[in-house]
Amino acid sequence: MNDTSVARLLKVVGQRPVRPDGADKVTGRANFGADQALPGMLTGRIKRSPHAHARIVDIDTAAARALPGVKAVVTAADFAQLGSESIEQGESAGTLAHVSANCLARNKVLYVGHAVAAVAATSPEIAEEALRRIEVRYEVLPHVIDVEAAMAPDAPLLHEDLFTTGMTPSPTAPSNVAAKTVVGRGDPAKGFAEAELVLERRYVTAAVHQGYIEPHACVASAGADGQHQIWCSSQGHFAVRAMCAKILGLRLQDIRVTPAEIGGGFGGKTTVYLEPVALALSLKCGRPVRLVMSRDEVFQASGPTSASVIEARIGATRDGRITAAELTMKYQAGAYPGSAIGAGCMAALACYAIENVSIVGYDVVSNRAKVAAYRAPGAPMAAFAVESCLDELAQQLGMDPIDLRLANAVKPGMKAVYGPTFREIAFVETLEAIKAHPHYRAPLGPHQGRGVACGFWFNIGGESSAAVHVDADGGATVVSSNPDIGGSRASMAMMAAETLGLPIERVRATVADTASIGYSDLTGGSRVTFATGMAVVQAAQKVVDDLRRRAALTWDCPIEQVEWRDGAAACTDPAKEERPLTLAELAARSARTGGPISAEVSLNAQGAGPGFGVHLCDLEIDPETGRSTVLRYTAAQDVGRAIHPSYVEGQIQGGVAQGVGWALNEAYLYDASGTLENPGFLDYRMPVASDLPMIETILIETAPNKRHPFGAKGVGEVPIVPPLAAVANAVSRVIGVRLTELPLSPPRVLEAIDTSSTKA
Amino acid sequence: MSKLRITAWINGEPAEFLGGTRQSLLDALRDELHLTGSKEGCGTGDCGACSIVVDGRLVCACLMLAPEAQGRRIETIEGMAVDGAMHPLQRQFLEHAALQCGFCTPGLLVAAKALLDRNPDPTESEVRYWLAGNLCRCTGYDKVVRAVMDAAAELRGTEVAR
Repeated sequence: MNDTSVARLLKVVGQRPVRPDGADKVTGRANFGADQALPGMLTGRIKRSPHAHARIVDIDTAAARALPGVKAVVTAADFAQLGSESIEQGESAGTLAHVSANCLARNKVLYVGHAVAAVAATSPEIAEEALRRIEVRYEVLPHVIDVEAAMAPDAPLLHEDLFTTGMTPSPTAPSNVAAKTVVGRGDPAKGFAEAELVLERRYVTAAVHQGYIEPHACVASAGADGQHQIWCSSQGHFAVRAMCAKILGLRLQDIRVTPAEIGGGFGGKTTVYLEPVALALSLKCGRPVRLVMSRDEVFQASGPTSASVIEARIGATRDGRITAAELTMKYQAGAYPGSAIGAGCMAALACYAIENVSIVGYDVVSNRAKVAAYRAPGAPMAAFAVESCLDELAQQLGMDPIDLRLANAVKPGMKAVYGPTFREIAFVETLEAIKAHPHYRAPLGPHQGRGVACGFWFNIGGESSAAVHVDADGGATVVSSNPDIGGSRASMAMMAAETLGLPIERVRATVADTASIGYSDLTGGSRVTFATGMAVVQAAQKVVDDLRRRAALTWDCPIEQVEWRDGAAACTDPAKEERPLTLAELAARSARTGGPISAEVSLNAQGAGPGFGVHLCDLEIDPETGRSTVLRYTAAQDVGRAIHPSYVEGQIQGGVAQGVGWALNEAYLYDASGTLENPGFLDYRMPVASDLPMIETILIETAPNKRHPFGAKGVGEVPIVPPLAAVANAVSRVIGVRLTELPLSPPRVLEAIDTSSTKA
Repeated sequence: MSKLRITAWINGEPAEFLGGTRQSLLDALRDELHLTGSKEGCGTGDCGACSIVVDGRLVCACLMLAPEAQGRRIETIEGMAVDGAMHPLQRQFLEHAALQCGFCTPGLLVAAKALLDRNPDPTESEVRYWLAGNLCRCTGYDKVVRAVMDAAAELRGTEVAR
């Protein structure tokens, strides 16, 4: 059966039903992290460092503890002493000791806003007064913010025990460079010798925040019997449980984490900031404690993603064949090691079949908040460099920018720069879809320009659990294990309905707490529809097999003679004239055929399919102010198969909007003391509705992932990879000057216009 | 902190609560009245997640003090569906998949309703500028704007072409 005929047979997958959790979210009933309230609940507050870098000499909490209404005060001394055990956090790994020290500083504070102590009190006012009464004595140290300054030999040292990994020989002195990563193949020197045109450029991007609208929030309640509960908004309640247990020296079984609805994460809620602190406070006083970050705390102490410096050298022949590429990538990790430099190096050139490649990456600590995963971590900055450089190459070669990419595009069966061989990929079809789109040929007015750029993301599989329960009246409930960050309950219910042969209205979907379903990895890496979806389909298939067995029992025939069609068992034995038994009929008599009908599947999903995106951006620049306005945007993406096309489109549109913000306005700005100058939405300018046009999407479904029952690939991360360069290429084509540093804010663009007109 | 007894009309019902003199109306709605549909995304009036309507005017609940609610008529997201029936805006948001995480959605809906109450036939630009005070980080606004336009058409009694 070919893919088209599979698609034609699908009744639910590919449709656009209303999401199962929709009504609660449009009526205000949905409970997010800060909406949880318990009797006797206390308000928590966190004391944060005013210094970018300082040694903690002493923390005196006596006056705070003496304040009436203060029920608990904690510092890092209340956390377990941890060794060098590492923990996976999205696309980067960190050590638990660092996660712990980021929640409450131990010995040193490493950025302004670094948590040093926390209180729980009977009112917010008392909690705030208690913070003022905590006295912290600091020995202030010199600090470093910029990534290249942090790499300098005389830079202030954040960690005396940090020795660069990946170096031969190993360094004998500590530095701020946590790791060196190398990716490569072929012979770059030979490749550059074959090149007829070589471009060498330096690209710079600013740190940007994920910008979820919901600040981090949780409620923790310690039980007198040693059984504790946490309600929180996170991208993975099993991960929250694991980190809290380690940081507090507890057993996993003693913490039950219930996922609240999550108000956006984009990678930023894959780690913990508040939960271990709230539980430590609750353990001290035996009362439930709620901790909620303010927006300036979110900006100062959570996320963001790395600022980066990327030096690129790319060579090509006159006919547009790329012969060699060299990249040196420096990613700022924030206070503790663990930027997404590894993923960045692997993704940087993954779109192209280049024989000779050398990529060197550096993971660099500096006195800023520890970075967290942000949607395709590490890839957007790398794509900004590579896709900007390719655009300039196309201009200098006199080639159409899409033709240049087509001439070098990876195809199924080719070996990726980062190692594996591509299977079902549709990068060429995605490029051709954009090239054939009317947008690509639409006329442009004065001060207008068009940019094109591509992007790649791996997507992952991993561990997931799901259960399907059949109700006595013929409906079904899907219980899954991943927080629903953008409509995954809908895709889980749809895949179960398709497998069971039920209409979508007869399937409900929920997300269970850590005590009610098997383990699952984070909601991240664009893995949920792929991996958890696979668990859902396998559980539904087990239910179908059980239903067939029960029908065979009823008909006294072998199970091989029972087929499952359209939600009913059909007997294929021509000698028996049995009418089909529907799921409802079989469910109604389940007590007589073996009891409740239910199945749970836990698996480790392999074979996630990577995705490719090609974006087209038209914008206009006001020559008086340098302000860019995006006029039209079209994004094509290799999605495998869209389970719920509206939510796939939504992922693409949302990724584009974040990428446009990254390109044009968003940036972390520091003053000389290392204090973030714009920790609020007024000064950290994310795109608003009037900044953007409609965002047209093209879903390429010609290469469904054969490892997934319905062909799904991850779709959530790819769309943030191309926009930085798509926007920058458009700006550069309007003003005739190549801009290589983000954001392309009005003053920067205006300066470029003025400089070039002065020269002219 | 001293507290004041405050009476107001909330979603058409008489309400009475104790509000602190330094407490925001948003905190009072959420913590005293348990109306948690209005969200705090910033606390500084920049994100619109706490959008409510006070005496017919769209405001951020985080920028009002609780005592300022005295005697006012306040509408929140909890009052938008009437007798369990969703407002056309709420239905169109669901039909269009105009929400992903759903955190900004109550504020967007309250703001959009305030627009349509004034202007039943807004252009796309008018919708975009009216909603410019409501940050959404998930959707890129495309489906949000389409949902508002279609809800406006539905409320005008025009056939919605999809």
